[in-house]
Amino acid sequence: MADKILSKIHVKVWRQNNPKSKGKFETYTIENISQGNSFLEMMDILNDQLIREGKDPVAFDHDCREGICGSCSLYINGHAHGPDSQVTTCQLHMRKFHEGQTITVEPWRVGAFPVIKDVMVDRSAFEKIQQAGGFISVNTGGAPDGNTILISQLDAEEAMDAATCIGCGACAATCKNSSAMLFLAAKVSHFAKLPQGQVEAKTRAKSMYAKMDELGFGACSNTGACELACPKSISITHIARLNREYLKA
Amino acid sequence: MSILNSKVPEGAIAEKWSNHKAAIKVVSPANKRKLEVIVIGTGLAGASAAASLSELGYNVKSFCYQESPRRAHSIAAQGGINAAKNYQNDNDSVYRLFYDTIKGGDYRSREANVHRLAEVSPNIIDQCVAQGVPFAREYGGLLSNRSFGGVLVSRTFYARGQTGQQLLLGAYSALNRQIAAGGVKMYPRHEMIDLVKIDGKARGIIARDLVTGELKRFGAHAVVIASGGYSNVFFLSTNAMGSNASASWVCYKKGAFFANPCYVQIHPTCIPVHGSQQSKLTLMSESLRNDGRVWAPKKLEDAEKLRAGLIGPNDISDEDRDFYLERRYPSYGNLVPRDVASRASKEVCDAGFGVNSEGKAVYLDFKYAIERLGQETIEKRYGNLFQMYEKITDVDPYKEPMQIYPAIHYTMGGTWVDYNLMTTIPGLYAIGEANFSDHGANRLGASALMQGLADGYFVLPYTIGDYLAGEIMVPKIDTNSEEFEVAEKGVKARLEQLFNIKGKTPADYFHKKLGLIMWDQVGMTRNAEGLNLAIKEIQALRAEFYTDLLVPGELKNVNPELEKASRVADFIELGELLARDALSREESCGGHFREESSTEEGEAKRDDENFAYAAAWEFNGVDQEPTLHKDELHFETIHLTQRSYK
Repeated sequence: MADKILSKIHVKVWRQNNPKSKGKFETYTIENISQGNSFLEMMDILNDQLIREGKDPVAFDHDCREGICGSCSLYINGHAHGPDSQVTTCQLHMRKFHEGQTITVEPWRVGAFPVIKDVMVDRSAFEKIQQAGGFISVNTGGAPDGNTILISQLDAEEAMDAATCIGCGACAATCKNSSAMLFLAAKVSHFAKLPQGQVEAKTRAKSMYAKMDELGFGACSNTGACELACPKSISITHIARLNREYLKA
Repeated sequence: MSILNSKVPEGAIAEKWSNHKAAIKVVSPANKRKLEVIVIGTGLAGASAAASLSELGYNVKSFCYQESPRRAHSIAAQGGINAAKNYQNDNDSVYRLFYDTIKGGDYRSREANVHRLAEVSPNIIDQCVAQGVPFAREYGGLLSNRSFGGVLVSRTFYARGQTGQQLLLGAYSALNRQIAAGGVKMYPRHEMIDLVKIDGKARGIIARDLVTGELKRFGAHAVVIASGGYSNVFFLSTNAMGSNASASWVCYKKGAFFANPCYVQIHPTCIPVHGSQQSKLTLMSESLRNDGRVWAPKKLEDAEKLRAGLIGPNDISDEDRDFYLERRYPSYGNLVPRDVASRASKEVCDAGFGVNSEGKAVYLDFKYAIERLGQETIEKRYGNLFQMYEKITDVDPYKEPMQIYPAIHYTMGGTWVDYNLMTTIPGLYAIGEANFSDHGANRLGASALMQGLADGYFVLPYTIGDYLAGEIMVPKIDTNSEEFEVAEKGVKARLEQLFNIKGKTPADYFHKKLGLIMWDQVGMTRNAEGLNLAIKEIQALRAEFYTDLLVPGELKNVNPELEKASRVADFIELGELLARDALSREESCGGHFREESSTEEGEAKRDDENFAYAAAWEFNGVDQEPTLHKDELHFETIHLTQRSYK
């Protein structure tokens, strides 16, 4: 599987020196990129080029580069995490792009995620939602034997489907209302499917929901765009479950 | 007589931890409120420790370089977590887990620590279940298990191929609860740059705010390093791009001994390297070896045709496939420990049987499991891993075997600690992958998660009390003291030095070059000549780094290149120590294979007479040779024997 070489591509990327400065697009040309490279390796090559030209490299978030840490973001050609499906930007490969293409790279555009620098944004609003109730209140020690809590395989699987959320923010970035409903729903639904989560179910749904509103995320209008953008394919049926939990509360 | 005191308690192995807990001091709730603890890193060890210490009443300051504690690299662990629950009725026990871990580590770990690890392992599963970790379940609702390498029982708990993620999210949720309650003050996007000592004790840190570039001082009565391992000294590894050893390294330079740096784990099942621009390697979980069969072609001409792309793996009949692990190790087969499996792959490829264009890959084939169990079952077990493989390689592993090759994955070595997990600096602790204590020369699969959480939930919260009980009269640490002043000035000067080199070459170049030296000379097999050469090459690289480095951007702004440069500077020094340690250990054990010390069958040959010790290195200055201190390992319970998986 020898990978093809793209002799020339253009990267049109958002540049913004700090949260207060005004941003703008800059376009750079890169030559001889292997389609076997990941998108972020292409960004590494771009940055190496910029540094050697005496320019400031593009700041972007990334870490594990295997699609699980949720650090990477990027709106690429109008899609959160780019044109491939069910992947994060770090797993996107240059096979999805063609010779001579101009690739537009933007940060998540969400009011609650202000730009820090270039395409790096501040997603600490997600932290605050989690801190508002995204936990089961058990201290270390004193837990009963794991097998005393029986959980059906189906419930465990459904809880896992929700718990697989990586907190990247693609859902909010894709939503026309900048809603964080899928993110919130994933957490609430994960606990709602498990017996351990029942004790605090009411307060959890209520306080996490309230925190999300307070932070300026928009409302959900059920278009389902978030599900399509989600690199982990988290279903909007979890939003339905969240709504049930919220109504119960 | 060594100056190291491991503080291993007296008594029979199964009673040591209980006896110790009974003997150590406890801090009263009223006094806990007055004490502060800094925890560096928010992976399984750091997050679980920070949350548990806060629950106890201590004031905790938690730091991570990532934007969120949930993004620490424990998140990427795939296969599972071991625990001696014996839920499968297959004769598992605390003793068996203890024994397997000592044997898997090739008899180079400390017995007492390992036994404690096995003892607390069942509590970890209970704790995680209570937190809502969605472990896999059987139809009847009981917890499910799978097997892992180096073991004959099923004791691995899992959540699909995302166990690390789920365990970390559990610890993260506990941490979030404490952040909300005010017991933990969280500092994301902050990197520890120096340790501050006052009167010989760890009393705080200097951290750089990675958003503003500002240097900040933080004081505490104790400091806990939970910043992970140093795999990225090899540049290409399965670690995250930001994973670094700098916190441990500044502690080493401040007097914390660094132990067994040469014990590095090379994981046998990673997606092979492609080209020269690759930034990292992706692991394919060890759990895949439960159902995948490892093979290479039997005939050289088939291997040549595969490399040239003339035929595919499915064109080779079963008779012409060499299932070399099953052939060489009939009792463990594809589930031999990682070091054994990795070396076997290397030998096969070195002999010319490699199957990708570089000749550095073998197959991991699921054809047989799919025939036996059906595709649906395989999908359920490994679906996310198969998808990941296809996205990266553009090959469908349901139809064609995966190509795999060994890659650097984990480091067993780390900061030396005693039984209390305290380093040679009073008040400085190291937990999780950052310490050296539990895995010896090779870690078994699904044991990293176990150790991280054991240290954070169930060991450190007890042992740290023994030290802090003596600190209750010490007031809040004054960060305006001279010690903090001097430390901050030193950090500032060091960052300015890197920034002002103004050479021509970005930090990555040096990092990649270091990685190649390490992989070629200090990788899967090592010899004296290569190690001496590596030390010289690393020293030359360091000189080049300090004359030709180019750091762009600003000191007081987001500057990933400055972060990298600072980490690479430390990796270069650590790489040299790693090579020195490998040179001084003239035996083969676990992940450390010296060509001069092998059996007639080519297996690793230990030398218990001369090397049954942990090598703890003391820093004497960057250009000085470090001093070796031997922490002798005493095997009172398990009889030392040649490890065999045949």
